Amino acid sequence: MDERNGFLKNMVQGTTGLMEPFWVTLKHLFRKPITEQYPEYKRELPPRARGRIVLTRSPDKEERCVACQLCSAACPVSCISMQSAVRQDGRRYAEWFRINFGRCIFCGLCEEACPTLAIQLTPDFEMSEDDPLKLIYEKHQLLVDHGGKDPDYDFYKHAGVAVGREPGTHDNEHPAANPKTNFP
Amino acid sequence: MTLWLAGFAVLLVKLVLVLAVVMAGAAYLVLVERKLLGRFQLRYGPNRVGPFGLLQPLADGAKMLLKEDLVPAGADKFLFFIIPAVLPMTTLLAFAVVPFGTELTIMGQKVPMVISDLDVGVLFVLALSSVGVYSLALGGWASNSKYSLLGAVRGVGQMISYELPLGLTLVPVVMMAKSMSLVDIVNAQASMPFIVYQPVAFILFFVSALAEIKRTPFDLAEAENELQAGYHMEYSGMRFALFFLGEYVNMIFLGALAAVFFMGGWSGPVLPPIVWMLIKTSIMPILLIWIRATLPRLRPDQLMRLCWVWLAPLALVNILATGAVMLLAG
Ligand code: SF4
Ligand code: SF4
Repeated sequence: MDERNGFLKNMVQGTTGLMEPFWVTLKHLFRKPITEQYPEYKRELPPRARGRIVLTRSPDKEERCVACQLCSAACPVSCISMQSAVRQDGRRYAEWFRINFGRCIFCGLCEEACPTLAIQLTPDFEMSEDDPLKLIYEKHQLLVDHGGKDPDYDFYKHAGVAVGREPGTHDNEHPAANPKTNFP
Repeated sequence: MTLWLAGFAVLLVKLVLVLAVVMAGAAYLVLVERKLLGRFQLRYGPNRVGPFGLLQPLADGAKMLLKEDLVPAGADKFLFFIIPAVLPMTTLLAFAVVPFGTELTIMGQKVPMVISDLDVGVLFVLALSSVGVYSLALGGWASNSKYSLLGAVRGVGQMISYELPLGLTLVPVVMMAKSMSLVDIVNAQASMPFIVYQPVAFILFFVSALAEIKRTPFDLAEAENELQAGYHMEYSGMRFALFFLGEYVNMIFLGALAAVFFMGGWSGPVLPPIVWMLIKTSIMPILLIWIRATLPRLRPDQLMRLCWVWLAPLALVNILATGAVMLLAG
């Protein structure tokens, strides 16, 4: 008797288990699709969305990038390349700076690696081209004239070589110690 | 002589009509499937080409024509080239015996609304469906690719097994109609469609047909997750499109078969016969799409078990029961 009951129970369970999904899909048929119709409707992306990469400037409108190669080293697909150069006043900059967006995977590791906040990812992702060579962006295409996510940050106010300033005049820096006054 | 010529002309017109309707139907069935699947999954489906995406089949066709025609290096060239035509050819041929309306009288002549009313229509249909197996067996073999071969092996096992219950479920229908001609079968259902007398046979037919055209949950021959696309994986461009066309023509054909064998074919109140036939034919494809949106795929052993342990014996018992009832009821 027990066995027969088990069989019947299995039959009922199996049948309902087979039929329930049909009810679910049928309900979905009459619901409004959740699709966002992309070219007509563009969703506002969060500011930290990872899209097209830019090179930002510090508040004094100078290029932030010091061509330290850290982003290039951090990039898992090696799509950043540059040539460093030094200005008259000793400040380094990139002579040329190139990102191959055909290879970039928009992982954001370059942004994390950058000590000067120069390289930043932006929410813009509409950059498809009909020719892969057009996806290689040069410095003039990457450089923007604002500070990006942290417009007030100025690397040279915190660290780095003295650029036309006396030691001890940087932000948060103690005045330079006079070695002659702290003899024991 | 003129009569003979006129008959020939009528036949040609019927051929062209059926071919055009079935091909267009197959093209739009793809669109219907994509649209319906989309709605089942809370998407829209294709809606970019033309109003509501209605021109999508044209765009797909153009795309398929322009695609590169790849042939794998180790492929058996001759077989590889001709096999894609087998499936659409057999299924289109099978439409020759499907009746889609009552006899028309044109200028005093009776014109049957079927291309050819074969006495052995049922056998013809089953035979052609067996030939269809070659498209898959040889298609997978000729590609010389392990996934294709695996898909073909699975598919052949499945199709040959399921032909048995498919044929057996039609036996009670033939017994009740006392004829193998599809026209006679429809006429025998004038008072009551066979689905009322033969619900078991209908369900068995439905399941076997589902397996016979290899659609979810029985699409093991092309299981995307394990075999990419199974037996037609190496085909591209128009050759692939032919496989695809064959599959969708097959869906329509099985819809027509279900309509003819179990739902009374073209007969129905108020609407003209041809409209009834179209409505009844479209029931099965839509059910197939719904099933595809709902059920996951079976394992090969479950599939074979279902066929040999449940469907085939049940179909046999059903034949015996039908015979017994017919004998007792006189
Ligand atoms: S973008 Fe940043 S990490 Fe890359 S070279 Fe310039 S300063 Fe260095
Ligand atoms: S986002 Fe990632 S892949 Fe792209 S340039 Fe930066 S590190 Fe390289």
